[in-house]
Amino acid sequence: MKIIGTVVKWLGAVLLAAAGVATAQQPLKIGFGMSLTGPLAGNGKAALISMQIWAEDVNARGGLLGRKVELVYYDDQTNPATVPGIYTKLLDVDKVDLVVSGYGTNVIAPAMPLMMQRKLVFMSLFGLNVNGKFKYDRYFQIMPAGPDPAVDWTRGFFETAMTLNPKPRTVALVGADAEYPHLALEGARAHVKRLGLKVVYDKTYPPKTVDYSPIVRAIQATNPDLVYLASYPPDSAGMVRAANEVGLKARMFGGGLVGTQFAALKTQLGPLLNGMINYEAYVPEVNSKFPSLDQFLAKYQGRAIKEGVDPLGFYLPPYAYAMMQVLEQAIKAVGSLDQGKLSSYMHTFEFDTFVGKVRFAKNGEWAIPRMLTVQYHGIRANELEPWMKPGHVTVLYPNEYKTGSVKAPYHENKK
Amino acid sequence: MEISTALLFNAIIAGLLLGGFYAAVSVGISISFGMLDVVNIAHPGFVILGSYIAYIVNSRYGFDPILVAVALSPLFFLLGMALYRVYYLCFEQRGQESLRGLAFFFGILFITEVVLILVFGVDYRTVKSVYAETTLRLGVLDFPLRLVVPFLVSVVMVVGIQLFLTHTFFGRAVLAVAQDQLALRLMGVNPVRVKQLAFALSISTAGIAGAFLIVIQPVEPSIGREYIGLVFAVCVLGGMGSIWGTLLAAFVLGLAESFTSTFFGPSWAPAVSFGLLLLTLAFRPSGLFGR
Repeated sequence: MKIIGTVVKWLGAVLLAAAGVATAQQPLKIGFGMSLTGPLAGNGKAALISMQIWAEDVNARGGLLGRKVELVYYDDQTNPATVPGIYTKLLDVDKVDLVVSGYGTNVIAPAMPLMMQRKLVFMSLFGLNVNGKFKYDRYFQIMPAGPDPAVDWTRGFFETAMTLNPKPRTVALVGADAEYPHLALEGARAHVKRLGLKVVYDKTYPPKTVDYSPIVRAIQATNPDLVYLASYPPDSAGMVRAANEVGLKARMFGGGLVGTQFAALKTQLGPLLNGMINYEAYVPEVNSKFPSLDQFLAKYQGRAIKEGVDPLGFYLPPYAYAMMQVLEQAIKAVGSLDQGKLSSYMHTFEFDTFVGKVRFAKNGEWAIPRMLTVQYHGIRANELEPWMKPGHVTVLYPNEYKTGSVKAPYHENKK
Repeated sequence: MEISTALLFNAIIAGLLLGGFYAAVSVGISISFGMLDVVNIAHPGFVILGSYIAYIVNSRYGFDPILVAVALSPLFFLLGMALYRVYYLCFEQRGQESLRGLAFFFGILFITEVVLILVFGVDYRTVKSVYAETTLRLGVLDFPLRLVVPFLVSVVMVVGIQLFLTHTFFGRAVLAVAQDQLALRLMGVNPVRVKQLAFALSISTAGIAGAFLIVIQPVEPSIGREYIGLVFAVCVLGGMGSIWGTLLAAFVLGLAESFTSTFFGPSWAPAVSFGLLLLTLAFRPSGLFGR
């Protein structure tokens, strides 16, 4: 009996060890949806390249927890309706070990109920105030909007506006009928109220609008001092063109245009961007503040050019890589994939990434905002090269990164 | 908001210019769906294909995109002929054109989109032309050439098609095939051949409309889907098979969109446009110029 018991014990130990080895040999799967087609595909594909570079780098260093990292992803077509199905498949069919989000508010929000139901850590990529209503304690956001993103997102534009002399009094708010612009405009209204500005125009437009000049003319008819625009790439281009065609006159114009951060629209719009205010995640003017970023950008740009994706890589790619760096450091520190322990670690500690130190607030947003408010100037041609080096962007906010002051009015500074 | 004369007249101009573009995008559907009963839901896909062909030639050789599109329209004509031949042999001949034919064109639309994504990627593309960023100003009135040039070429194209249909033998054969194919056959004309050539004509207008689109706004492969509703709405509102109706309907929708955007709020523009469509059909089910 004693011998049988010993044999059973040894057999059990061998089987357990074999199971452990089998698991260790299975790749560590990280699943997500990503916009590979649709209006945000340009950014989505750029983010995917970054994440693939990260996976290759990690695997070159031996993987995570002794396992090779494998990315499992599906095209969400920039369509929120596809997101719940994609993540259900990732979790229940593909049996991924971890999930991260796709790109953008519109596709992050639909995934939240499932993440909350399954109590998963949800590292997300550039969603604006998605957790504002969910208040999920395992949500994390790599976009450096700040601890109160609803308001911090638009703070740079309005803080810059209040440096004008005389101070502005009226504002026009305009944006696309979509999740991100709605949230951005909500934040803008909070600043308008706080600063005692008068709203003279506050409307949204369908994203499929062809001609934006009637909208810009309607705005012009109200004579606003400030025009805050929250838009996605196709309407960013449309509104910028319309503003130039109509000859929009305002002291400041811009604020929340998605699209002008990456190469396609920068080169297409070129001189039309002069004088505009907008947000940027990174510009060459602040290169000294992000010393390790050049190394990543060199790797990314080589791949991006081959794959016909944003060759600059200043917007999403560094943050997509940083998002994975945060997860990597958390997993290594915790030593497991326990979602509770990972979440707790990520709330407590600071992370060292290509985009600098990252620390999360209680709601999963950045503890300190870092999105740059900039003004474009001196662009003469529709070329990429001017954007690759310092000289055409003035950083206006936050003060830590400021390189100059705003030049107003917009219509007299379009050079 | 104070309604000034300048705002009013600029809204009218913007609406008419936009309507001209809508007419160009929709006239092909008026022919294929309105006259030939071919539910070519892939029509916007050919518009996007036209945009990308204009983009390739413009970016490589610097030629004006609209001139390129007009010059290459025979290629789209040949493509249309081939496509109709396949559609006829596989579906129309067998009496399966309604549902299966529709699925066929959906497939063509998605194949076109995916091929464009594979070849060009997903970034937005635009073209350079001497007029794209120029606006003519006559007093308080603005005429952005980005919209004026496509408008002028579109009107010429649509009027040209109408004259062709009403003043040439082949054109009258197309109108006849829409009315009574059997009678046409009894008169010794092959209706299938007529339909093939008419369908090809509709596809060639799509190629030209594509050049207008990429002059007006940046284009990416999936943008065609956004125009499916619009092109059929214009065709139905104008009256099935009526080219003048298509032109008028396009202007009506363009003006509705422009006025709503300017004076009431752009969010309301689609509701007003399609509300007008429903209202018109309620009182005149055959459309503005339908019989």
